[in-house]
Amino acid sequence: MAFTVTSSVDGTVAKLTLAGRLDANTAREFQVEIEKVAEQRPCTVALFVHELEYMASAGIRMLVFTKQKLGSETDVYVVGAQHQIIHTLEMTGVDKSVILVDEFEPAASIQG
Amino acid sequence: MQTLMLQRVDAYATRTIAGMSVRAGRVFPFGATLVAGGVNFSVFSRHATACTLVLYEKGAAEPFAELPFPDEFRVGDVYAMTVFELDHENLEYGYRMDGPNDPSEGHRFDPSVVLMDPYARQIGGREVWGQTPDWDQAYQHRSQVLQDDFDWEHDRPLELAAEDLVIYEAHVRSFTQHPSSNVRHPGTFAGLREKIPYLKSLGINCLELMPIFEFDEFENSSANPANGQLRYNYWGYSTVGFFAPKAGYAATGPLGMQADELKTLIKDLHRNGIEVMLDVVFNHTAEGDHRGPTISFRGLDNKTYYMLTPEGYYYNFSGCGNTLNCNNPIVRQVVLDCLRYWVSEYHIDGFRFDLAAILGRDPSGVPLANPPLLESLAHDPVLGRTKLVAEAWDAGGLYQVGSFPAYGRWAEWNGKYRDTARKFLKGDMGQVSEMSLRLQGSPDLYYGRGTAASINFLTCHDGFTLRDLVSYNEKHNEANGESNRDGANDNESWNCGAEGATDDRLVESLRLRQMKNAATLLMVSQGIPMILMGDEVGRTKQGNNNTYCHDNELNWFNWWQVEENAELQRFFQKIIAFRHAHPVLRSRDHLRHADWVGSGVPDISWHGTRAWEPDWSALSRVVGLLLGGHHAKGGTVADDDVYVASNMHFEALEFELPRPAEGRQWHVAVNTGVPAPGDAHPCGEEPMLEQQDRCLVGGRSVVVLVGR
Repeated sequence: MAFTVTSSVDGTVAKLTLAGRLDANTAREFQVEIEKVAEQRPCTVALFVHELEYMASAGIRMLVFTKQKLGSETDVYVVGAQHQIIHTLEMTGVDKSVILVDEFEPAASIQG
Repeated sequence: MQTLMLQRVDAYATRTIAGMSVRAGRVFPFGATLVAGGVNFSVFSRHATACTLVLYEKGAAEPFAELPFPDEFRVGDVYAMTVFELDHENLEYGYRMDGPNDPSEGHRFDPSVVLMDPYARQIGGREVWGQTPDWDQAYQHRSQVLQDDFDWEHDRPLELAAEDLVIYEAHVRSFTQHPSSNVRHPGTFAGLREKIPYLKSLGINCLELMPIFEFDEFENSSANPANGQLRYNYWGYSTVGFFAPKAGYAATGPLGMQADELKTLIKDLHRNGIEVMLDVVFNHTAEGDHRGPTISFRGLDNKTYYMLTPEGYYYNFSGCGNTLNCNNPIVRQVVLDCLRYWVSEYHIDGFRFDLAAILGRDPSGVPLANPPLLESLAHDPVLGRTKLVAEAWDAGGLYQVGSFPAYGRWAEWNGKYRDTARKFLKGDMGQVSEMSLRLQGSPDLYYGRGTAASINFLTCHDGFTLRDLVSYNEKHNEANGESNRDGANDNESWNCGAEGATDDRLVESLRLRQMKNAATLLMVSQGIPMILMGDEVGRTKQGNNNTYCHDNELNWFNWWQVEENAELQRFFQKIIAFRHAHPVLRSRDHLRHADWVGSGVPDISWHGTRAWEPDWSALSRVVGLLLGGHHAKGGTVADDDVYVASNMHFEALEFELPRPAEGRQWHVAVNTGVPAPGDAHPCGEEPMLEQQDRCLVGGRSVVVLVGR
């Protein structure tokens, strides 16, 4: 399955939906989308990754990039990550930089 | 206001070589570095006549491009080229070097061999530990490009006071590979990270990792004639790449994320107050002697990187085939660059240098009075607060314990502490006088350098574990397949009455007591104590004192023993906590044997079975040590008085006690002569001694009192 990324910004919440394979060849598409979203200075970013089949190291680097691009005050949620991806994030410490959740509720998240 | 950013004018290719867009590169830094639009490659060779950059897709047998360096891409002895539009995540690279192949002149150039970059920050080819390599692959250890972009948050090296450290020496794979470890990724950095709570509960605050630079576990691997199992280069004291973490130690090695996994481990250790010290091996490389594989240095510039005999063979001061030419300015720079890199990029707190005496030899092997490398390391700005520890001897007979060129910075593994403490522990005669020196931080060896110059230890990866030290008179290395010829013979061990495993309860009881005695002596000694992984739970290597090649239970930490030997483990926890609680045990400077704060008790004084009358005679096996708490940390902090009575005689003896400072009374902190829980009391809960002027100390026992 080819990699796709779409985004929308609603107030201070940005949502990106990722699907397919995120690797060195497709990471640049993700980066462009993040840079586009960052211009609107969101407080919360939710990455919906239910349909993301595979994340190579380049993809993990992009999560780090996302956090650093948006700043430490911006919460980055990774929503619906598959087991293998969660494992990889944990082993490399990226799980400390983002918030791993199964479901995303923007209002509660922003308050919390 | 929007600022218009001009793109760099050197971010464009100037020509095409082998179909790749390139331009002359930047000579610094050496290695492969990500730059705008491409990767900059830079490599040194003084004696090469030509250099070719070889590019592979990850894991590919054949390169997809070979790019000879044009003459104008060489500056001095450095070949540098920037290659654009590379998929660096899927890239491996190496070099072919042409030049004279004349071993008698020291040159061994061979352009048919693809060479690993000595500055490679990530290395492929051994991503999964123990997975048999594809031996048909010509390029075995494959340079990769690393993006150093880890999110460290606010982490930095901890810079704990050296005298406050309690070091724990561990092997990454051995720590969690045993099935009992119950971690998700056994034998890896990630697995070790899961065990941080254990280390914290034990009380250590410095984790010293046996080599984690990329090495080849298959180096000189062979079937063991004793049992048919494969013998590995298991410990890893043979470096392949000095800038790259061992990929096979990372669960994420196959993803190429070993650097992130290791950094995550270090960040979490720091978060838990634990420093990280690396055991580094600069004395030799994995290329061995003239019969060994050509991996990198030999083919890049043999004459520069190695110490060579006049005939062009390799000096072997390491006992491993070759010797790095560390006091050559080029090699010295490699070492400096390497250590700076690990401190700045991996936040490493300290280094222990394997066979460090070699680093003080000149290119012909003669010991230097003022070795440039050691001086450079001591005064380096990036390493300014990094702990530097020398194993102050080498395999060529140079023994510098107490005389290692220190420049006010270097500490040493104190081999004399180990030998003396072992002899004293087993009741050898004539040891009391020297043991008193070791207990006070070995001023005979390190006066003027402070107590922290002495890394005190009884056991380390080389030799017996603590359990084996009290269980075997002789080494039992048959499992190594060398007919028990390998390994040291002078172990200063005592089996307590039976050789090896026994169901004799008296013998077992004595062994347990001796292990507690050892832990107590270590923790009350001035200097920096070091514990070997697993000693706190009675880890045995079945009497094998040289388990360098075993990927099995002989090396692995058996976590079931935490429960099985809970009494010993709890004793270690308490005695380590005791050390942390009492700054009087952790003086920075050597003690003066005087009451220079007017407390009525000297900073340190010696006693025998009669107070103030130490028995230094050859027949003596007892020593009493009193530390005046008012002198703690140079008199800057308040502490209890601490009295230690060591009786290594086989019979119980009554010790007349010196008085503690005015208004204080003796309380029993430790008594190894009684079973748990009376063997060690939590700090602040020590029962008061019934008779304040005397104390019965059991045979082969140590009593520690606190005066408060």
